[in-house]
Amino acid sequence: MGAVRVQAEDFDAAAEGRALTAGRREIGALASFVGLCRDEGGRLAALEIEHYPGMAEAEIARAVAEAEARWLLYGITVVHRFGTLRPGDQIVYVGVAAAHRGEAFAAAEMLMDFLKTRAPFWKRATCIDGAVEGWVEAKADDDAQAERWGEL
Amino acid sequence: MKAVYFAWVRERIGKNEEEIAPPAEVATVGELVAWLAGRGENYAYAFDKPQVIRVAIDRAHAARDARIAGAKEIAFFPPMTGG
Repeated sequence: MGAVRVQAEDFDAAAEGRALTAGRREIGALASFVGLCRDEGGRLAALEIEHYPGMAEAEIARAVAEAEARWLLYGITVVHRFGTLRPGDQIVYVGVAAAHRGEAFAAAEMLMDFLKTRAPFWKRATCIDGAVEGWVEAKADDDAQAERWGEL
Repeated sequence: MKAVYFAWVRERIGKNEEEIAPPAEVATVGELVAWLAGRGENYAYAFDKPQVIRVAIDRAHAARDARIAGAKEIAFFPPMTGG
């Protein structure tokens, strides 16, 4: 039921949300999350996002199926970009439609926690001065957040 | 089997992917990581903190004790930083 896309192109969050709810009368809540590339206090020039084609889609689809098993949901869309992104660019979209906000918020949060820790994407930062760049390190906080949901 | 590498594991090894043929006594993911680390300086560098490296067998996350027999594609990469 959920739609998963991994793409270089940008996305239109409003259009994704409308697609989830169009023609549906049972939906009372749409939780829509957009993750953006921030400039890290003006230091970051760009993020390069690498992914594992095939596994990225499969792992996100697994998380979508897990969310659908945990809550009564009426639609999920996940879009994750790869390639070179600059401060202000959109990185990820998670949209969840449900009857009530509780399930929609919870499922969107679980999906984001999952994307941070289990979906095979890696970010490399390039700094404004050009000299300093490196792979973004995984955060222990993200692991702790993801562990709240138990074994995925 | 095919080995594929991502992010700094790929950069340190200097290859995106390659065919590997580990000996029969290399049976688990953990043993495969140790075997790869012994293949040269670039591999030793990529796997210098072997516990950090994540492994996927045929595009699904695999634990250290997972058996590699029958695997077509095994991927090695750092902890993920998506989202």
